[in-house]
Amino acid sequence: MSATVSAGTRAEAPAGRLPGTWSIGLSRGALEIRQFFRLREQVVFTFAFPVVFLFLFASIFSDDLRDAGITASQLYVPAMMAAGIMSTSFQSLGISIAIERDEKVLRRLRGTPMPPAAYFLGKIWLVLVTGLLETAILLTVGTTLYDVDLPSSATKWFDFGWIFVLGLTACALLGIAISSVPKSGRSATSVVVLPFLVLQFISGVYISVDTIPEWMLNIGALFPLKWMCQGLRGVFLPESAKVLEQTGSWEFGRIALVLGAWCVGGLVLCLLTFRWKTRRDG
Amino acid sequence: MTTHAEEFAVEVSNLRKRYGDVTAVDGVDLAIRKGEVFGILGPNGAGKSTTVEILQGNRSRDAGEVSVLGADPASATRAWRSRVGIVWQDESAPAELTVRETVRHFARYYPSPRNPEEVIALVGLGEKADSRIKALSGGQRRRLDVALGVIGGPELLLLDEPTTGFDPAARRQFWELIRRLADEGTTIVLTTHYLEEAETLAHRLAVIARGRVVAEGEPAALRERYGTEATVEWTEADGTPRSERTATPTRTVAELMTRFDGEIPGLKVGRPSLEDVYLRLTGQTDGARTDEVEEGRR
Repeated sequence: MSATVSAGTRAEAPAGRLPGTWSIGLSRGALEIRQFFRLREQVVFTFAFPVVFLFLFASIFSDDLRDAGITASQLYVPAMMAAGIMSTSFQSLGISIAIERDEKVLRRLRGTPMPPAAYFLGKIWLVLVTGLLETAILLTVGTTLYDVDLPSSATKWFDFGWIFVLGLTACALLGIAISSVPKSGRSATSVVVLPFLVLQFISGVYISVDTIPEWMLNIGALFPLKWMCQGLRGVFLPESAKVLEQTGSWEFGRIALVLGAWCVGGLVLCLLTFRWKTRRDG
Repeated sequence: MTTHAEEFAVEVSNLRKRYGDVTAVDGVDLAIRKGEVFGILGPNGAGKSTTVEILQGNRSRDAGEVSVLGADPASATRAWRSRVGIVWQDESAPAELTVRETVRHFARYYPSPRNPEEVIALVGLGEKADSRIKALSGGQRRRLDVALGVIGGPELLLLDEPTTGFDPAARRQFWELIRRLADEGTTIVLTTHYLEEAETLAHRLAVIARGRVVAEGEPAALRERYGTEATVEWTEADGTPRSERTATPTRTVAELMTRFDGEIPGLKVGRPSLEDVYLRLTGQTDGARTDEVEEGRR
């Protein structure tokens, strides 16, 4: 309490312009990333989870799949990458935003001139960085241990790119939306993890799509994860593996359509349902 | 301040808010001048926080007119929010960041923020600038909250029970900080249930009880207006302590002098403290019952 600040140090220039949403979004992104990486435990578990699962499943199930020309291990690499994208976006946002709401971080932000969109932008930046890292780690494990090759052509890299971006965005928006469901930060993990687990079972992450009952697969097809798995199989598996698919093809057009629709729908859902305060704060 | 006498930072008339069956705010009127430190004093659950949250633009109202810096907070724009600083009752800043990072970051939200380093020094966190927030004490966190409340250079600062849970030394330091901000010309509205705090800081104060303003004015004037009755205490010959509340204590003492024929045993004449006034005002809605309880205790 030593410094004295006179009225003269206050900005007396004509009121400046409000900073733009994009630039605040960038600086929120930087802040979110810094906060994320300072929680060492969270970092380790976030990234290790899909890697451990990939290791378990791909090592336990490693048989040759007749007719498809691949091993079960190879099948698990794109599947776990899709699950990894969803866990860094949907799961981590769903839980962390619910906690931030409970701890009144959101209410405080709402009391500043920060534009709401800048908050969402910051979250998307965070998820982009963590999603990219997660994907890179899984890809490294997949290529070194389980005989998966990097995309062989520019077209495949391009497909990889848009599936990643659309899938990540759709899942991030769904995560933001589901964060409004739990009543408190404490219940957030259970509320978010259950639907994510169920989706992983019926979207072809843990269990190959050709063994999942048709009706379950159809429910899974309503959500982005099934299409992300399918798209990444299309990118990383040989053409011969198409026979395992429900329709016998990768359906890239349809994937783009479903994921794109979820991006738009997820955004609308967020704008309609997002709450800055918990229910008991009114 | 006199030049701004006509200008009000906050004008509220007939404000009402219900939560289900509970009426939290029941027709509150307030007029707060620019440059003033205004205290909203009342017991827990009197409707202070609800009133302030409505002024902040963070809670809807059921009825009444509200104008804060010339605009209705219910339709707050970014420009309006940049002129109003908020210090919440229960705060949480990002635990993993340092004080400096947080203050600098919040400065980016505002069109013409104050210098972050100056603000950190102003709230007395200069030595803690590079500490993670999770490592701060409760009082230090509260000062960080104030730093975040004033970083935008607000014209109006709204504080909701800022010193609840402080030890006396921390409270005094905090008062010093509020005075300094007031000296800079910031209009300050603070709620508190500490009478001493209201009396020390506020130029004017409103006493709220059960959702209504039961008294309003300068602290000294309030005491004057509502506390004209003095209390005369003495001890009867049989040892029973007695007391009497009266507007004319001299006459009472004169009568007692006659009765005791000289020295009055255990004589004490007390003017009511602001606390007495406050207790009577906030208990007033209970009517005579509270008075009886108070009488009985004497």
